[in-house]
Amino acid sequence: MSGMAFYERLQTDMRLELGSHTFHEDEVIRFARKFDPQPFHLDAERARNSLFGGLCASGWHTASVWMKHNMVHAPKEWRRVTGYEGEEPELGPSPGIRNLRWPAPVFVGDTITFSSTLTGKRINQRRAGWALLTVYSCGHNQDGTQVLAMDGAVTLRLD
Amino acid sequence: MLTYEDFPAGKSIDLGHYTVSAQDIIEFAEEFDPQDFHLDANSKQAAGVGGLIASGWHTCSILMRMMCDSFLLETASQGSPGLDEIRWLHPVRPGDVLMGTSEVLNSRLSRSKPTLGLVHLTHTLKNQDDTVVMTVSGINMISTRDGVVS
Repeated sequence: MSGMAFYERLQTDMRLELGSHTFHEDEVIRFARKFDPQPFHLDAERARNSLFGGLCASGWHTASVWMKHNMVHAPKEWRRVTGYEGEEPELGPSPGIRNLRWPAPVFVGDTITFSSTLTGKRINQRRAGWALLTVYSCGHNQDGTQVLAMDGAVTLRLD
Repeated sequence: MLTYEDFPAGKSIDLGHYTVSAQDIIEFAEEFDPQDFHLDANSKQAAGVGGLIASGWHTCSILMRMMCDSFLLETASQGSPGLDEIRWLHPVRPGDVLMGTSEVLNSRLSRSKPTLGLVHLTHTLKNQDDTVVMTVSGINMISTRDGVVS
């Protein structure tokens, strides 16, 4: 019942600090070449003449780096905020995301700090033995400007 | 160059196809989403979901590449402020051939910048068995013809 013991300690508004990442030019361009080869993600000169005004990361790159930070930092952060010390809770695949926002560009050289806040928890009525957690996640740059926000969902095994 | 005027409500765009390899899935997962069911086909976690599956963020990134190759690179694209919804409906597995469409739900001009159009698109990706693996809906910003000229 380690999942249930963890679930019972969860309270909305618990906030996880997920660390920071500096977006270097080479990784921004590498991601863009593979998945999002638009000029403002690839070419500094053409990016200057775009709406963005400078070379910036694909929004999917920003979201994927959030995911990496979530994987690295969330397990110990859940323990810190809940005080739970049992066996590692088992999290399953996410059903999806709502309200994904890229309110400002992530420019080359920007350092983005990520966090997540628990917004809800409920026992999944359609899938016995699992709970659904809703989490608001975001990223801010070194000036405090928000560059990423989204409402996500995580499944948690209870038994 | 396609502009805002080329994306009326109801327009449907074929996204072509994209084959996903096990190596692609593992490489993406190692960098961004290191969970066992994205990394190791023989893991206990993978067994629970029927084998190796792609990160949902990988599938989103693949959709982006398909959009770029089928229309965005020849469009006066100005990025995206965000998405209403991403739904990961079915796992993407090694060898899957993804295909799909982007469809214009509605569009309007920006209130603050009238040479910028906001095009609300819904994207559907299916696999080779015609199973929908992901739907995404959101806004793409596209310059008007006047916006490109000026």
